[in-house]
Amino acid sequence: MLDYATLKVIWWLLVGVLLLGFAIMDGHDMGVGTLLPFVGRNDVERRVVINTVGPHWDGNQVWFITGGGAIFAAWPLVYATAFSGFYWAMLLVLWALFFRPVGFDYRSKIHDARWRSTWDWGLFVGGSVPPLIFGVAFGNLLLGVPFHFDDHLVSTYTGSFWALLNPFALLAGVVSSAMITFHGAIYLMHRTEGEIQRRSGRAAVIFGGLLLLSFSAAGIWLWQGIDGYVITSAVDPGALPNPLGKTVAREPGAWLANYSRYPASMALPVLTYLGVIAALLLAFSGRTLAAFVASSLAILGVIGTAGGSLFPFIMPSSSDLRSSLTVWDSVSSHLTLSIMLWATLIFMPLIIIYTSWAYKVMAGKVTAAYIRENEHGAY
Amino acid sequence: MISEQLVDLSRLQFAATALYHFLFVPLTLGMVWILVIMESVYVMTGKTIYKDMTRFWGKLFGINFALGVTTGITMEFQFGTNWAYYSHYVGDIFGAPLAIEGLMAFFLESTFIGLFFFGWDRLSRGQHLLVTLLMAVGTNLSALWILIANGWMQNPVGAEFNYTTMRMEMVDFWTIVFNPDAQAKFVHTVSAGYTTGAMFVLAISSWYLLKGRDVEFAKKSFRIAAAFGFASVCSVIVLGDESGYTVGEAQQTKLAAMEAMWETEPAPASFNLVAIPNQAEMKNDFAISIPWVMGIIGTRSLDKEIPGIKEIKEKNRERIISGMEAVTALDALRKNLDDAEMKARFEAHKADLGFGLLLRKYVSSIDQVTPAIIEKAVDDTIPHVAPIFWGFRAMVGLGLLMLLIFSLSLWHSVKGSFTGKRWLLRLALFSLPAPWLACELGWLVAEYGRQPWTIYGVLPTHLSVSTLSVESLYGSLAGFVGFYTVLLLVEMYLMVKFARQGPGSLGTGRYLDEAAHA
Repeated sequence: MLDYATLKVIWWLLVGVLLLGFAIMDGHDMGVGTLLPFVGRNDVERRVVINTVGPHWDGNQVWFITGGGAIFAAWPLVYATAFSGFYWAMLLVLWALFFRPVGFDYRSKIHDARWRSTWDWGLFVGGSVPPLIFGVAFGNLLLGVPFHFDDHLVSTYTGSFWALLNPFALLAGVVSSAMITFHGAIYLMHRTEGEIQRRSGRAAVIFGGLLLLSFSAAGIWLWQGIDGYVITSAVDPGALPNPLGKTVAREPGAWLANYSRYPASMALPVLTYLGVIAALLLAFSGRTLAAFVASSLAILGVIGTAGGSLFPFIMPSSSDLRSSLTVWDSVSSHLTLSIMLWATLIFMPLIIIYTSWAYKVMAGKVTAAYIRENEHGAY
Repeated sequence: MISEQLVDLSRLQFAATALYHFLFVPLTLGMVWILVIMESVYVMTGKTIYKDMTRFWGKLFGINFALGVTTGITMEFQFGTNWAYYSHYVGDIFGAPLAIEGLMAFFLESTFIGLFFFGWDRLSRGQHLLVTLLMAVGTNLSALWILIANGWMQNPVGAEFNYTTMRMEMVDFWTIVFNPDAQAKFVHTVSAGYTTGAMFVLAISSWYLLKGRDVEFAKKSFRIAAAFGFASVCSVIVLGDESGYTVGEAQQTKLAAMEAMWETEPAPASFNLVAIPNQAEMKNDFAISIPWVMGIIGTRSLDKEIPGIKEIKEKNRERIISGMEAVTALDALRKNLDDAEMKARFEAHKADLGFGLLLRKYVSSIDQVTPAIIEKAVDDTIPHVAPIFWGFRAMVGLGLLMLLIFSLSLWHSVKGSFTGKRWLLRLALFSLPAPWLACELGWLVAEYGRQPWTIYGVLPTHLSVSTLSVESLYGSLAGFVGFYTVLLLVEMYLMVKFARQGPGSLGTGRYLDEAAHA
C-alpha cells in the first residue's frame, strides 16, 4: 500500500483527471447542446447536430456521475460541504441536466414543430447551464466560501445563493461556458459538413476568442485583486484528516505562489493559449480530429490552472479560515483511498478502450441523408 | 438543535425522489434481459421478427431508460445536498460502492446503450448481441453496487468509528461487499425487476392479442415473457424469503415490526396472517395467527426464539444508557483528543455510540437528559408498525398474484392455448400495475422499516441532514414535484402512444398501422 500522503496527492490528481474527463467528454456534448438552436436552422439540420452525440451523450454523462461518486468516496467532506452549501446552484445544475436524457430520447419521437423546438431549447438549457454554474462555483472557490464546522464536523453554510453571483465568479462562469462551447464547436466541425460545419467554425472563432480573453482577465484579476489562502501551521501530510487542526491566513497573490514554487506548472496556463490557437488552425485546415485533441488540451490548461492555483486547498472558508478544506484534511481513510485507486486503475483503461470503440463504430460525418434514411431510428 | 420540520421535509424529499426513481429502475433491470433473449433468438434463427421484437421492445425500454437516468442523477446529488452530515459520517464506506458502480457498471451500460440503439447497421449480428449483453450486465452490476451500499445501511459491517476524524471508517472492504444483507437484497431486487419487465411485455402482448392485431409478434413476445416471468417470480419469492431470514439475523426490529410481534413467543413463533397493530398499547387489537410459521421463516429452526418488540425495547434502553457514556466521552475528546481517561471511557461504550446519539434529537448536551427523554428515545427505536406490517403483506400478496398469472401463462404457452384464453389475457393486462406496486412497497418496508436510523444502530436519521433552511426544502421539494409530474406525464404519453402503435412504429412496413405515422 502506498503511504497516506502520497495517496492524498494521487487522489487530488485523479479527481482532476475525472473532472477533465467530464469536461472533455460530457463537455463536448454540452457544447453541442448549447450551439444546437444556433447552428441548426431547420429540423433536419438540428437532427444532424443532435445525432453527432446521439449514441454517446449517455456514456459521456457518466464522467459526471463517476466524478461525483469519486468525490464522495475520496473527499467526503468536500462532497458534503460543497453540495449542501451550494444547494440552489446544485439544484439548478440538476434540473438543467433533467432536460438532456428526455430531450435526446423524446425529441424526435413526435412529429410536431412545437414539441421538437421545446426539446431543442431544453437541450440548450441542459448544455449551457451546468458549465456556467460549475465555472461560477470554481470562481467562488478561489474567493473562499462562507462556511464553518462545529466540534462534530457539522458544516454550516452562511452565505446566500445570490452572493455566489459576484463579478469575479461570473467571469469564471464565462471562462467555463466559453471553454465548453468552443470545444463543442470544434467537435461539430469534426462530425458535420457544409453549412452546419461552417456555422460551427464561426462559433469556434467567437468562443475560442472569448475563452482566451476571459481567461486572461481572470488571471490578471486573481494576481492583482484577490487574496489567496495559505496554511500557516505545520502540515503533516500523512496525518489523520482533521480540518479543524490547522491555522490559515489570507495573503495577496498567494494563489500565484505555486507558479513560482514549481515553475514547470506555468506550462498549464500556456497550454490554454496554445491549445485554443492550435485547435482553430487545425480545424480550419481540415484536420478536425487533431483540432479536437488540441481543444481538449486547452481544457486541461484551464482546469489545471484553476486547480493548481488552489493547491493544496480545495474549498477555502472565507468566514472561518481554519475550516478550509485541503488535500490533506478532507480525504477518506488510507484504506478507502487505496481501494479506490485500485478500482480506478483497473476500470479506467477498460472504459477508455470501449468508449473509443463506440466512437470508432459510429465514426464519420452525420449527414442529412443519414437522418432521412433513419427517420424512425435516429434521434 | 436540528428542527423536526427540516428532518421531515428532507426525508419526504428523499422518499419521494427515491420512490419515483424506482418506478423506472425495475423495468430497466428486467426488460434488458428480455431484449437479450429476443436478440439471441434472432441471432440463432436469423428470423427478422425477433430483430423487430428486440427493436420495438427496445424502443419502449429507451423511453423508460431516459427517465431512469434523469431521476438517478438526483439520487447521487441528494446525499450531498440534503444529507451532508450522513455523507461526511459514512462517506468513507458509502461513497466507495457508489464510485465503483460508476466505474464498473454505469459506464458500461451507458456506453453500450448508445450502440444498442444506433449500431444496428454498423455492427455484425454477433457484435450487436454482445453490445446488448454488455448493456444488460452493466445494468445489473449497477444494481449490485447500489445494493451493497444500501445493504450496508441496513447492516453496517466492516467499519469502525474514529473519533479523530469524527466518522465511520472502512476496515474491511470485502466484508462490506459480501455483506449477507447486501447479497440477499441484490438477488431479491433484481428478480423483482425481472418480474416487472416480464409483466410489462406480457400485459402489452396480451392487449395486442385481445385486439387481434400483430398476432405473430405478440404471441412470440407473450411466450418469452411468460417463461422469463415464471422463473423470475419464483426466484423473487424464494429469495425474498431468504432476505426475510437475513433481516431476522441483522435487524430484529424490522422483522418484529413486519410481523407486529410485540411479545417474545416461545420458539417456534407463530405468524400473524392479519392483525390490527396498536402501537400505543403495544399489542394487536385483533390477529389471526398461524402457529410455528414465523419461527421457521425467521430462524430456519424450531428452537430459536425471535425477540418481540417489548424485549427489543428493553435491550435498546440499556444501549441508550451505555451510549450516553460514549457521547459524553466523545464530546470531551472532540475538545481534547489526548484525554486518556475519556479515551478509555469512550472505548468501553463505543459500540453503543449510535444509541446515545438518538438523544441528540431532544438535547444538545447529555447532562440535560432526563428519564422521560430516555423513554422517548426508547420509543423512537421502534418504527411505525402498521404501515410496515401491511406494506409487507400487500407486497407478498401481489407477488403471489403474479406467481398465479405467470404459472397460468406458462402453462397455456406450453399447451399453445393462450391466444384463446381471453380471461387470462385480460387478467395479465389488468395486472400491469402489480409489479410496480410490489416494488414500491418493498422499498417502503426496507427503508421505512429501518427508521429511526439512516445507518442501522450507527447514525440516527435525525442527525444525518444538511443544515439547510426549511424554506429551501419547501422550494426544492416543490421544484421536484413540478418537474417530476411533467416528466411523468410526458413519459406516460410516449409510452402509451408507442405501445398503441405497436411494432408498426418501427416503420419497417411489416406491421399494422404503418400509414398512421409514416
